[in-house]
Amino acid sequence: MLASLLIVFREVLEAGLIVGIVLAATEGIRGRAAFIAGGIGAGVLGAAILACFAGSLANLFSGNGQEVFSAAVLCVAVVMLGWHNIWMAKHGREMAQDMRRLAGEVAEGRRSLFAMAVVVAVAVLREGSEVVLFLYGVAVSTRTGFLSMLGGGLLGVLAGGVLSWLIYRGLVAIPVRRLFAVTTALVAILAAGMAGQAAALLAGDDIIPAWGYQLWDTSRILSDGSLLGRAAKALVGYSDRPMGVQVAAWLATLVVLLVAGRAVSATPRSRHPAGVSLSRAGH
Amino acid sequence: MILGNPFMRIGIFLGAAVLLAVPFLTARADEPLVFKLTLKNHKFQPDHLDVPTGQRFRIQLTNNDDTTDEFESYDMKFEKIVTVGSTVTVRAGPLHPGTYKFFDDYHPESAVGTVTATEGK
Repeated sequence: MLASLLIVFREVLEAGLIVGIVLAATEGIRGRAAFIAGGIGAGVLGAAILACFAGSLANLFSGNGQEVFSAAVLCVAVVMLGWHNIWMAKHGREMAQDMRRLAGEVAEGRRSLFAMAVVVAVAVLREGSEVVLFLYGVAVSTRTGFLSMLGGGLLGVLAGGVLSWLIYRGLVAIPVRRLFAVTTALVAILAAGMAGQAAALLAGDDIIPAWGYQLWDTSRILSDGSLLGRAAKALVGYSDRPMGVQVAAWLATLVVLLVAGRAVSATPRSRHPAGVSLSRAGH
Repeated sequence: MILGNPFMRIGIFLGAAVLLAVPFLTARADEPLVFKLTLKNHKFQPDHLDVPTGQRFRIQLTNNDDTTDEFESYDMKFEKIVTVGSTVTVRAGPLHPGTYKFFDDYHPESAVGTVTATEGK
């Protein structure tokens, strides 16, 4: 029971960390609950469907279907996170000044919410399909004690969910005017990590050049196999023995997002917020 | 309030992201080094491989169990679902000298194995 609890907990936590950041990053945008819930629902549904077709998916792209698919959905998530950050760079100041002012921009807020719902769906889809396959295997196995393993799995889902919620609550405890700066940075790093993972997946199957293997080895300090290492991988794209192309994708994504965010928030605007002390909130 | 042209900026960003996502699709030289493993009763057979350092290699795993497995290695950075009765190929290396673990993530207590990389093999 403990073993299955741990396996499921790990996967749920990885997705949950991303959901927690998305929740914090969309704090104050109207109607986000429906979008995030919809993203989670779509992710769970997609995970179940994906699990059903795991065998056929694996055979696509000369046996690299799983990696190509994962890399593709990660790239979609990277674009959506980037979109959100650029939108936030435009509207962060107004939001910091007066959350309710956004009511007049609901239509545009929806677009950013849709992007973040896609990110949530991708995160849940990736980790969820592994959970579904694992629990399905437990359920159909003829070994005794599968009920306790199934129970462990469900407890793992619950524990992962609770911890993710706590992380979200911790993030939104940050004062509003600083929250935007923090979540913008977190979203940019999250996107960089996803881009790095996508590059590593493709290079791992020799689909793109690796530009060097095992650039360094920090597995003694923080191993990819540890719970903390897995969390660091989900959050910032950590790898204890990265490939060159992985580091390059990570850096390039971060630079592109930071430069784009700055360019947008530096654009002269027709209306300035009165609060001078809030003028840095968009960065 | 419409500021400049947001679509152009998003377009530039999308373009950059696509460039990142799809670098040069170059094929690499063929790699003759392939090791074959099977999973039966949640155990790898064989559960140990000797490989030369500094060379890329493949491991071909056939799942003869009655459950879906996940062939994974933190040390060698691969992770692949193997459905019942199917075969997957993962790639690893080039490795530095040392011992590297692999396992079935769905049965990590029993299904474990190691790869030892030594020089000059």
